[in-house]
Amino acid sequence: MPHKDLLDIVSLERGEIEHLLDQAVPFKDLFTRSVKKVPALKGKSVLMLFYEASTRTHSSFEVAAKRLSADVTNFDVAHSSITKGESVRETIETLQAMRSDFIIVRHGRAGLPGTIARLTRASVINAGDGAHAHPTQALLDAFTIKEKFPDPSGKRVLIVGDILHSRVARSTSTILKKIGVEVAYLGPGSLVPRVGPENIRRFTDYQAAMAWAPDVVYLLRVHMERQDVQYFPSLREYHRLYGVTDARLAEIRARGLYIMHPGPVNRGVELCDAVMDYERSLINDQVENGIAVRMAVLYWLKPGAVMG
Amino acid sequence: MPLTLSAEDMAAGVDRLAEAIREKTAGAPIALIGIRRRGDEVAERVLTRLAEDDRELNFGILDISLYRDDFEHLHENPKLLESDIPFPIEGAHIILVDDVMFTGRTIRAALDALSDYGRPAKVEVAVLIDRGHRELPIQPDYVGITLSTQRHDHVLVSLERTDGVDQVRVCANAPP
Repeated sequence: MPHKDLLDIVSLERGEIEHLLDQAVPFKDLFTRSVKKVPALKGKSVLMLFYEASTRTHSSFEVAAKRLSADVTNFDVAHSSITKGESVRETIETLQAMRSDFIIVRHGRAGLPGTIARLTRASVINAGDGAHAHPTQALLDAFTIKEKFPDPSGKRVLIVGDILHSRVARSTSTILKKIGVEVAYLGPGSLVPRVGPENIRRFTDYQAAMAWAPDVVYLLRVHMERQDVQYFPSLREYHRLYGVTDARLAEIRARGLYIMHPGPVNRGVELCDAVMDYERSLINDQVENGIAVRMAVLYWLKPGAVMG
Repeated sequence: MPLTLSAEDMAAGVDRLAEAIREKTAGAPIALIGIRRRGDEVAERVLTRLAEDDRELNFGILDISLYRDDFEHLHENPKLLESDIPFPIEGAHIILVDDVMFTGRTIRAALDALSDYGRPAKVEVAVLIDRGHRELPIQPDYVGITLSTQRHDHVLVSLERTDGVDQVRVCANAPP
Protein backbone atom coordinates (compact mmCIF):
# COMPACT_ATOMS: atom_id res chain seq x y z
CA MET A 1 0.00 0.00 0.00
CA PRO A 2 1.81 3.16 -1.14
CA HIS A 3 1.80 6.27 1.02
CA LYS A 4 1.02 9.80 -0.01
CA ASP A 5 3.73 11.35 2.18
CA LEU A 6 7.02 10.47 3.82
CA LEU A 7 7.19 12.39 7.08
CA ASP A 8 9.17 10.12 9.40
CA ILE A 9 10.54 6.62 9.76
CA VAL A 10 8.32 5.62 12.68
CA SER A 11 5.25 5.37 10.44
CA LEU A 12 6.93 2.99 8.00
CA GLU A 13 6.52 -0.73 8.47
CA ARG A 14 9.56 -2.91 8.22
CA GLY A 15 8.32 -4.39 4.94
CA GLU A 16 7.96 -0.91 3.47
CA ILE A 17 11.48 -0.01 4.55
CA GLU A 18 12.84 -3.20 2.98
CA HIS A 19 10.90 -2.44 -0.20
CA LEU A 20 12.36 1.08 -0.46
CA LEU A 21 15.89 -0.17 0.23
CA ASP A 22 15.50 -2.91 -2.42
CA GLN A 23 14.12 -0.46 -4.95
CA ALA A 24 17.09 1.88 -4.50
CA VAL A 25 19.39 -0.79 -5.99
CA PRO A 26 18.10 -0.61 -9.60
CA PHE A 27 18.03 3.18 -9.33
CA LYS A 28 21.68 3.21 -8.29
CA ASP A 29 22.48 0.95 -11.27
CA LEU A 30 21.25 3.71 -13.57
CA PHE A 31 24.11 5.95 -12.45
CA THR A 32 26.62 3.87 -14.40
CA ARG A 33 24.74 4.30 -17.68
CA SER A 34 25.67 7.11 -20.03
CA VAL A 35 22.04 8.27 -19.89
CA LYS A 36 21.26 8.53 -16.19
CA LYS A 37 17.75 9.79 -16.67
CA VAL A 38 14.53 7.77 -16.91
CA PRO A 39 11.05 9.06 -17.87
CA ALA A 40 9.11 7.68 -14.88
CA LEU A 41 7.99 11.07 -13.51
CA LYS A 42 7.81 12.92 -16.81
CA GLY A 43 5.41 15.84 -16.54
CA LYS A 44 5.33 15.73 -12.73
CA SER A 45 6.41 18.78 -10.76
CA VAL A 46 8.51 18.87 -7.63
CA LEU A 47 8.61 21.94 -5.45
CA MET A 48 11.57 22.48 -3.16
CA LEU A 49 10.59 24.38 -0.04
CA PHE A 50 13.66 24.83 2.14
CA TYR A 51 13.28 27.19 5.08
CA GLU A 52 16.70 26.14 6.39
CA ALA A 53 19.89 26.29 4.39
CA SER A 54 21.02 22.94 2.99
CA THR A 55 23.20 22.46 -0.04
CA ARG A 56 23.57 18.70 0.11
CA THR A 57 20.07 17.50 0.85
CA HIS A 58 18.66 20.13 -1.49
CA SER A 59 20.84 19.19 -4.44
CA SER A 60 20.43 15.47 -3.74
CA PHE A 61 16.64 15.77 -4.01
CA GLU A 62 16.99 17.97 -7.06
CA VAL A 63 19.25 15.47 -8.85
CA ALA A 64 16.93 12.60 -7.85
CA ALA A 65 13.86 14.39 -9.20
CA LYS A 66 15.59 15.38 -12.43
CA ARG A 67 16.88 11.86 -13.05
CA LEU A 68 13.24 10.78 -12.91
CA SER A 69 12.41 13.51 -15.49
CA ALA A 70 10.30 15.59 -13.08
CA ASP A 71 10.31 19.38 -13.31
CA VAL A 72 11.89 21.01 -10.27
CA THR A 73 10.95 24.43 -8.95
CA ASN A 74 12.79 26.10 -6.11
CA PHE A 75 10.54 28.16 -3.89
CA ASP A 76 13.07 30.72 -2.89
CA VAL A 77 12.15 31.17 0.74
CA ALA A 78 14.82 33.75 1.49
CA HIS A 79 13.33 36.11 -1.09
CA SER A 80 9.68 35.21 -0.72
CA SER A 81 6.87 36.83 1.19
CA ILE A 82 7.57 34.44 4.02
CA THR A 83 10.20 36.89 5.16
CA LYS A 84 7.60 39.62 4.73
CA GLY A 85 5.38 37.98 7.33
CA GLU A 86 3.21 35.71 5.22
CA SER A 87 1.94 32.85 7.33
CA VAL A 88 2.79 29.26 6.55
CA ARG A 89 -0.89 28.65 5.84
CA GLU A 90 -0.99 31.39 3.21
CA THR A 91 2.15 29.99 1.66
CA ILE A 92 0.55 26.56 1.51
CA GLU A 93 -2.49 27.99 -0.26
CA THR A 94 -0.15 29.53 -2.78
CA LEU A 95 1.64 26.23 -3.18
CA GLN A 96 -1.64 24.39 -3.59
CA ALA A 97 -2.54 26.72 -6.45
CA MET A 98 0.72 25.78 -8.14
CA ARG A 99 -0.52 22.17 -8.33
CA SER A 100 2.79 20.57 -7.51
CA ASP A 101 2.82 16.80 -7.35
CA PHE A 102 5.59 16.63 -4.76
CA ILE A 103 6.69 19.13 -2.11
CA ILE A 104 10.04 18.62 -0.43
CA VAL A 105 10.12 20.53 2.85
CA ARG A 106 12.83 21.44 5.28
CA HIS A 107 11.92 23.61 8.25
CA GLY A 108 13.35 24.37 11.66
CA ARG A 109 10.04 23.61 13.32
CA ALA A 110 9.20 20.00 14.04
CA GLY A 111 5.90 18.93 12.53
CA LEU A 112 5.60 21.57 9.83
CA PRO A 113 5.95 19.11 6.91
CA GLY A 114 3.10 17.12 8.45
CA THR A 115 0.93 20.24 8.54
CA ILE A 116 1.63 20.93 4.88
CA ALA A 117 0.91 17.28 4.04
CA ARG A 118 -2.56 17.51 5.62
CA LEU A 119 -3.40 20.67 3.71
CA THR A 120 -2.31 19.68 0.21
CA ARG A 121 -2.94 16.91 -2.27
CA ALA A 122 0.74 16.86 -3.13
CA SER A 123 3.04 14.18 -1.76
CA VAL A 124 5.12 15.80 0.96
CA ILE A 125 8.61 14.56 1.77
CA ASN A 126 10.16 15.74 5.00
CA ALA A 127 13.74 16.80 4.28
CA GLY A 128 14.37 17.59 7.95
CA ASP A 129 12.11 19.30 10.49
CA GLY A 130 13.64 20.66 13.69
CA ALA A 131 14.88 17.90 15.95
CA HIS A 132 12.08 15.61 14.77
CA ALA A 133 12.93 13.57 11.69
CA HIS A 134 14.97 13.28 8.51
CA PRO A 135 13.59 10.11 6.93
CA THR A 136 15.52 10.12 3.64
CA GLN A 137 18.78 10.50 5.56
CA ALA A 138 17.80 7.45 7.58
CA LEU A 139 16.99 5.48 4.42
CA LEU A 140 20.29 6.35 2.78
CA ASP A 141 22.17 5.45 5.96
CA ALA A 142 20.41 2.09 6.17
CA PHE A 143 21.03 1.49 2.46
CA THR A 144 24.73 2.31 2.87
CA ILE A 145 25.04 -0.09 5.80
CA LYS A 146 23.18 -2.83 3.91
CA GLU A 147 25.59 -2.47 0.99
CA LYS A 148 28.42 -3.43 3.36
CA PHE A 149 26.40 -5.85 5.49
CA PRO A 150 23.71 -7.49 3.31
CA ASP A 151 22.39 -9.11 6.48
CA PRO A 152 22.72 -6.24 8.96
CA SER A 153 21.03 -8.12 11.77
CA GLY A 154 23.12 -7.89 14.94
CA LYS A 155 25.63 -5.42 13.48
CA ARG A 156 26.49 -2.52 15.77
CA VAL A 157 26.43 1.17 14.96
CA LEU A 158 27.80 3.76 17.37
CA ILE A 159 26.29 7.22 16.83
CA VAL A 160 28.53 9.96 18.19
CA GLY A 161 27.73 13.58 18.95
CA ASP A 162 24.79 15.77 19.88
CA ILE A 163 22.12 13.10 20.03
CA LEU A 164 19.64 15.33 21.83
CA HIS A 165 19.13 17.89 19.08
CA SER A 166 19.76 15.60 16.14
CA ARG A 167 16.96 14.55 13.82
CA VAL A 168 19.54 12.41 12.03
CA ALA A 169 20.28 10.47 15.22
CA ARG A 170 16.57 10.05 15.83
CA SER A 171 15.56 8.88 12.35
CA THR A 172 18.68 6.85 11.66
CA SER A 173 18.59 4.96 14.95
CA THR A 174 14.89 4.26 14.40
CA ILE A 175 15.47 2.74 10.97
CA LEU A 176 18.55 0.80 12.06
CA LYS A 177 16.67 -0.82 14.91
CA LYS A 178 13.83 -1.68 12.52
CA ILE A 179 16.26 -3.60 10.29
CA GLY A 180 17.82 -5.37 13.24
CA VAL A 181 20.96 -3.27 13.80
CA GLU A 182 22.08 -2.55 17.37
CA VAL A 183 22.58 1.13 18.12
CA ALA A 184 24.49 2.94 20.85
CA TYR A 185 24.97 6.63 21.54
CA LEU A 186 28.17 8.40 22.56
CA GLY A 187 28.33 12.07 23.46
CA PRO A 188 28.62 14.63 26.22
CA GLY A 189 26.23 13.78 29.06
CA SER A 190 24.23 16.93 28.42
CA LEU A 191 23.65 15.95 24.79
CA VAL A 192 22.67 12.31 25.15
CA PRO A 193 19.01 11.94 26.14
CA ARG A 194 18.47 9.99 29.36
CA VAL A 195 15.09 8.82 28.24
CA GLY A 196 14.20 7.87 24.73
CA PRO A 197 14.30 4.83 22.52
CA GLU A 198 14.67 1.58 24.41
CA ASN A 199 17.50 -0.85 23.89
CA ILE A 200 19.99 1.87 23.05
CA ARG A 201 23.19 1.85 25.08
CA ARG A 202 24.43 5.26 26.14
CA PHE A 203 28.09 6.11 26.55
CA THR A 204 29.84 9.29 27.55
CA ASP A 205 33.34 7.85 27.38
CA TYR A 206 34.97 7.06 24.05
CA GLN A 207 36.96 4.03 25.23
CA ALA A 208 33.93 2.50 26.90
CA ALA A 209 32.00 2.90 23.66
CA MET A 210 34.76 1.25 21.62
CA ALA A 211 34.77 -1.65 24.06
CA TRP A 212 31.14 -2.24 22.98
CA ALA A 213 32.75 -3.32 19.64
CA PRO A 214 30.82 -1.35 17.02
CA ASP A 215 31.04 -2.21 13.31
CA VAL A 216 30.32 1.34 12.19
CA VAL A 217 31.18 4.68 13.84
CA TYR A 218 28.60 7.27 12.76
CA LEU A 219 29.66 10.83 13.55
CA LEU A 220 26.97 13.48 13.74
CA ARG A 221 27.71 16.94 12.49
CA VAL A 222 28.38 19.61 15.10
CA HIS A 223 25.95 22.38 14.19
CA MET A 224 27.90 25.56 14.69
CA GLU A 225 24.88 27.56 13.56
CA ARG A 226 22.51 25.86 15.95
CA GLN A 227 22.56 25.30 19.63
CA ASP A 228 25.42 22.83 19.85
CA VAL A 229 28.31 25.10 20.57
CA GLN A 230 27.03 26.36 23.89
CA TYR A 231 27.06 22.81 25.25
CA PHE A 232 30.76 22.24 24.60
CA PRO A 233 33.67 23.79 26.43
CA SER A 234 35.28 24.31 22.99
CA LEU A 235 35.53 22.68 19.59
CA ARG A 236 39.08 21.56 20.37
CA GLU A 237 37.81 19.94 23.50
CA TYR A 238 35.00 18.25 21.55
CA HIS A 239 37.49 16.88 19.06
CA ARG A 240 39.73 15.61 21.86
CA LEU A 241 36.86 13.88 23.68
CA TYR A 242 34.55 12.65 20.88
CA GLY A 243 36.17 13.32 17.52
CA VAL A 244 38.07 10.86 15.35
CA THR A 245 41.61 12.00 16.05
CA ASP A 246 44.66 10.60 14.23
CA ALA A 247 45.28 8.19 17.11
CA ARG A 248 41.66 7.00 17.10
CA LEU A 249 41.70 6.62 13.33
CA ALA A 250 44.64 4.24 13.72
CA GLU A 251 42.59 2.15 16.12
CA ILE A 252 39.51 2.29 13.87
CA ARG A 253 41.63 1.17 10.91
CA ALA A 254 43.20 -1.66 12.91
CA ARG A 255 39.72 -2.89 13.80
CA GLY A 256 38.43 -2.45 10.23
CA LEU A 257 35.49 -0.25 11.27
CA TYR A 258 33.46 1.81 8.81
CA ILE A 259 33.03 5.56 9.31
CA MET A 260 29.88 7.45 8.37
CA HIS A 261 28.89 11.11 8.59
CA PRO A 262 25.81 12.86 7.18
CA GLY A 263 27.91 15.79 5.95
CA PRO A 264 29.06 18.41 5.60
CA VAL A 265 32.06 17.54 7.74
CA ASN A 266 33.67 20.02 10.10
CA ARG A 267 37.27 18.97 9.69
CA GLY A 268 39.20 19.04 12.90
CA VAL A 269 35.99 18.79 14.92
CA GLU A 270 34.16 15.51 14.21
CA LEU A 271 36.95 14.11 12.07
CA CYS A 272 40.62 14.73 11.47
CA ASP A 273 41.74 15.40 7.88
CA ALA A 274 43.14 11.89 7.45
CA VAL A 275 39.63 10.36 7.66
CA MET A 276 38.91 11.83 4.22
CA ASP A 277 41.35 9.28 2.75
CA TYR A 278 40.37 6.42 5.04
CA GLU A 279 39.56 3.40 2.87
CA ARG A 280 36.55 2.44 4.96
CA SER A 281 35.00 5.89 5.04
CA LEU A 282 31.48 5.62 3.61
CA ILE A 283 30.91 9.37 3.47
CA ASN A 284 31.01 9.57 -0.35
CA ASP A 285 28.89 6.42 -0.65
CA GLN A 286 26.29 8.15 1.50
CA VAL A 287 26.13 11.04 -0.97
CA GLU A 288 25.65 8.78 -4.00
CA ASN A 289 23.22 6.50 -2.18
CA GLY A 290 21.21 9.53 -1.10
CA ILE A 291 20.24 10.18 -4.71
CA ALA A 292 19.25 6.53 -5.28
CA VAL A 293 17.04 6.26 -2.18
CA ARG A 294 15.40 9.62 -2.90
CA MET A 295 14.57 8.38 -6.41
CA ALA A 296 13.09 5.25 -4.85
CA VAL A 297 10.99 7.40 -2.48
CA LEU A 298 9.72 9.70 -5.25
CA TYR A 299 8.84 6.65 -7.34
CA TRP A 300 7.05 4.95 -4.45
CA LEU A 301 4.87 7.79 -3.10
CA LYS A 302 1.50 8.40 -4.73
CA PRO A 303 0.42 12.04 -4.82
CA GLY A 304 -3.25 12.95 -4.81
CA ALA A 305 -4.61 10.70 -2.12
CA VAL A 306 -6.90 13.03 -0.20
CA MET A 307 -6.19 13.11 3.49
CA GLY A 308 -7.86 14.74 6.44
CA MET B 1 -10.58 -23.56 -16.23
CA PRO B 2 -9.35 -25.21 -19.45
CA LEU B 3 -5.71 -24.93 -20.41
CA THR B 4 -5.43 -22.98 -23.62
CA LEU B 5 -1.86 -24.06 -24.16
CA SER B 6 0.01 -26.95 -22.59
CA ALA B 7 3.70 -27.20 -21.76
CA GLU B 8 4.16 -29.14 -25.02
CA ASP B 9 2.44 -26.40 -27.03
CA MET B 10 4.71 -23.83 -25.45
CA ALA B 11 7.87 -25.84 -26.05
CA ALA B 12 6.86 -26.15 -29.71
CA GLY B 13 6.32 -22.39 -29.76
CA VAL B 14 9.82 -21.75 -28.42
CA ASP B 15 11.17 -24.19 -31.06
CA ARG B 16 9.43 -22.23 -33.81
CA LEU B 17 10.80 -18.94 -32.44
CA ALA B 18 14.36 -20.27 -32.33
CA GLU B 19 14.06 -21.78 -35.82
CA ALA B 20 12.65 -18.56 -37.30
CA ILE B 21 15.43 -16.50 -35.72
CA ARG B 22 18.07 -18.96 -36.94
CA GLU B 23 16.66 -18.95 -40.46
CA LYS B 24 16.61 -15.18 -40.74
CA THR B 25 19.82 -14.26 -38.93
CA ALA B 26 21.95 -17.30 -39.90
CA GLY B 27 25.46 -17.04 -38.52
CA ALA B 28 25.31 -13.31 -37.72
CA PRO B 29 26.02 -12.13 -34.19
CA ILE B 30 22.81 -11.34 -32.30
CA ALA B 31 21.85 -10.35 -28.79
CA LEU B 32 18.65 -11.47 -27.10
CA ILE B 33 17.24 -9.09 -24.51
CA GLY B 34 14.40 -10.47 -22.42
CA ILE B 35 11.83 -8.08 -20.98
CA ARG B 36 11.10 -8.64 -17.31
CA ARG B 37 9.23 -10.46 -16.04
CA ARG B 38 8.88 -13.68 -18.11
CA GLY B 39 10.38 -12.30 -21.31
CA ASP B 40 13.78 -13.06 -19.80
CA GLU B 41 12.77 -16.66 -19.19
CA VAL B 42 11.50 -17.05 -22.77
CA ALA B 43 14.73 -15.48 -24.05
CA GLU B 44 16.82 -17.95 -22.05
CA ARG B 45 14.95 -20.88 -23.60
CA VAL B 46 15.45 -19.52 -27.09
CA LEU B 47 19.10 -18.96 -26.28
CA THR B 48 19.51 -22.57 -25.18
CA ARG B 49 18.20 -23.71 -28.55
CA LEU B 50 20.53 -21.36 -30.42
CA ALA B 51 23.53 -22.21 -28.25
CA GLU B 52 25.00 -24.75 -30.68
CA ASP B 53 25.06 -22.22 -33.53
CA ASP B 54 28.55 -21.14 -34.46
CA ARG B 55 28.17 -17.42 -33.82
CA GLU B 56 28.34 -14.69 -31.18
CA LEU B 57 25.28 -14.74 -28.94
CA ASN B 58 24.72 -12.19 -26.19
CA PHE B 59 22.05 -12.13 -23.54
CA GLY B 60 20.58 -9.33 -21.45
CA ILE B 61 17.60 -8.52 -19.24
CA LEU B 62 15.60 -5.32 -19.36
CA ASP B 63 13.15 -3.95 -16.80
CA ILE B 64 10.90 -1.40 -18.48
CA SER B 65 8.95 -0.25 -15.40
CA LEU B 66 10.42 3.26 -15.46
CA TYR B 67 9.44 3.68 -19.12
CA ARG B 68 5.75 2.79 -18.87
CA ASP B 69 3.19 5.35 -19.96
CA ASP B 70 0.40 4.37 -17.59
CA PHE B 71 1.61 5.58 -14.16
CA GLU B 72 -1.47 7.79 -13.89
CA HIS B 73 -3.73 4.76 -14.01
CA LEU B 74 -1.86 2.63 -11.52
CA HIS B 75 -2.72 2.40 -7.87
CA GLU B 76 0.83 1.39 -7.12
CA ASN B 77 3.89 1.81 -9.30
CA PRO B 78 5.33 -1.48 -10.56
CA LYS B 79 8.12 -3.01 -8.52
CA LEU B 80 11.38 -2.19 -10.17
CA LEU B 81 13.78 -5.01 -10.94
CA GLU B 82 17.37 -4.79 -12.04
CA SER B 83 18.25 -4.55 -15.71
CA ASP B 84 21.40 -6.34 -16.79
CA ILE B 85 22.82 -5.68 -20.23
CA PRO B 86 26.43 -6.83 -19.92
CA PHE B 87 27.49 -6.11 -23.52
CA PRO B 88 27.71 -2.87 -25.53
CA ILE B 89 24.51 -2.42 -27.50
CA GLU B 90 26.11 0.20 -29.74
CA GLY B 91 25.92 -1.24 -33.26
CA ALA B 92 24.48 -4.58 -32.07
CA HIS B 93 21.66 -6.58 -33.65
CA ILE B 94 19.17 -6.81 -30.79
CA ILE B 95 16.16 -9.08 -30.58
CA LEU B 96 13.77 -8.02 -27.82
CA VAL B 97 11.99 -11.05 -26.36
CA ASP B 98 8.71 -11.07 -24.45
CA ASP B 99 6.17 -13.69 -23.45
CA VAL B 100 3.04 -12.03 -24.84
CA MET B 101 2.45 -9.22 -27.30
CA PHE B 102 -0.80 -7.36 -26.77
CA THR B 103 -1.19 -3.59 -27.17
CA GLY B 104 2.44 -3.03 -28.15
CA ARG B 105 3.01 -0.61 -25.27
CA THR B 106 5.57 -2.79 -23.53
CA ILE B 107 7.67 -2.92 -26.69
CA ARG B 108 7.29 0.85 -27.10
CA ALA B 109 8.65 1.28 -23.55
CA ALA B 110 11.44 -1.24 -24.20
CA LEU B 111 12.53 0.66 -27.32
CA ASP B 112 12.73 3.87 -25.26
CA ALA B 113 14.69 2.13 -22.52
CA LEU B 114 17.06 0.56 -25.03
CA SER B 115 17.83 3.90 -26.64
CA ASP B 116 19.08 5.15 -23.25
CA TYR B 117 21.72 2.41 -23.31
CA GLY B 118 22.98 3.27 -26.78
CA ARG B 119 22.20 2.96 -30.48
CA PRO B 120 21.82 -0.59 -31.77
CA ALA B 121 22.30 -1.26 -35.49
CA LYS B 122 19.01 -3.12 -35.61
CA VAL B 123 16.19 -4.02 -33.21
CA GLU B 124 13.68 -6.79 -33.79
CA VAL B 125 10.93 -8.27 -31.62
CA ALA B 126 10.28 -11.92 -30.82
CA VAL B 127 7.25 -13.02 -28.77
CA LEU B 128 6.18 -16.44 -27.64
CA ILE B 129 2.49 -15.54 -27.98
CA ASP B 130 0.83 -12.91 -30.14
CA ARG B 131 -2.69 -12.31 -28.86
CA GLY B 132 -3.47 -9.34 -31.11
CA HIS B 133 -5.28 -6.05 -30.29
CA ARG B 134 -2.44 -3.63 -30.96
CA GLU B 135 -2.82 0.01 -29.87
CA LEU B 136 0.42 1.16 -31.45
CA PRO B 137 1.97 0.60 -34.88
CA ILE B 138 4.36 -2.06 -33.57
CA GLN B 139 4.49 -5.65 -34.88
CA PRO B 140 6.59 -8.67 -33.92
CA ASP B 141 9.24 -10.02 -36.29
CA TYR B 142 9.10 -13.53 -34.82
CA VAL B 143 6.05 -15.24 -33.31
CA GLY B 144 5.93 -18.63 -31.58
CA ILE B 145 2.14 -19.01 -31.24
CA THR B 146 -0.73 -16.87 -32.49
CA LEU B 147 -3.72 -16.83 -30.14
CA SER B 148 -7.11 -15.52 -31.10
CA THR B 149 -8.51 -13.54 -28.15
CA GLN B 150 -11.09 -10.90 -27.29
CA ARG B 151 -9.84 -7.43 -26.32
CA HIS B 152 -10.94 -7.84 -22.68
CA ASP B 153 -9.70 -11.39 -22.18
CA HIS B 154 -6.86 -11.97 -19.75
CA VAL B 155 -4.06 -14.11 -21.08
CA LEU B 156 -2.32 -15.70 -18.10
CA VAL B 157 1.09 -17.06 -18.95
CA SER B 158 2.89 -19.23 -16.41
CA LEU B 159 6.50 -20.23 -16.87
CA GLU B 160 8.37 -22.92 -15.01
CA ARG B 161 10.99 -20.79 -13.25
CA THR B 162 8.79 -17.80 -12.49
CA ASP B 163 5.51 -19.56 -11.75
CA GLY B 164 6.38 -23.24 -11.24
CA VAL B 165 4.56 -24.55 -14.29
CA ASP B 166 4.40 -24.05 -18.08
CA GLN B 167 0.86 -23.22 -19.16
CA VAL B 168 -1.30 -20.54 -20.75
CA ARG B 169 -4.89 -19.85 -19.81
CA VAL B 170 -7.30 -17.35 -21.32
CA CYS B 171 -9.96 -15.95 -18.96
CA ALA B 172 -12.95 -14.07 -20.22
CA ASN B 173 -13.17 -12.05 -17.00
CA ALA B 174 -10.76 -10.60 -14.49
CA PRO B 175 -8.50 -13.30 -13.08
CA PRO B 176 -9.26 -14.51 -9.53
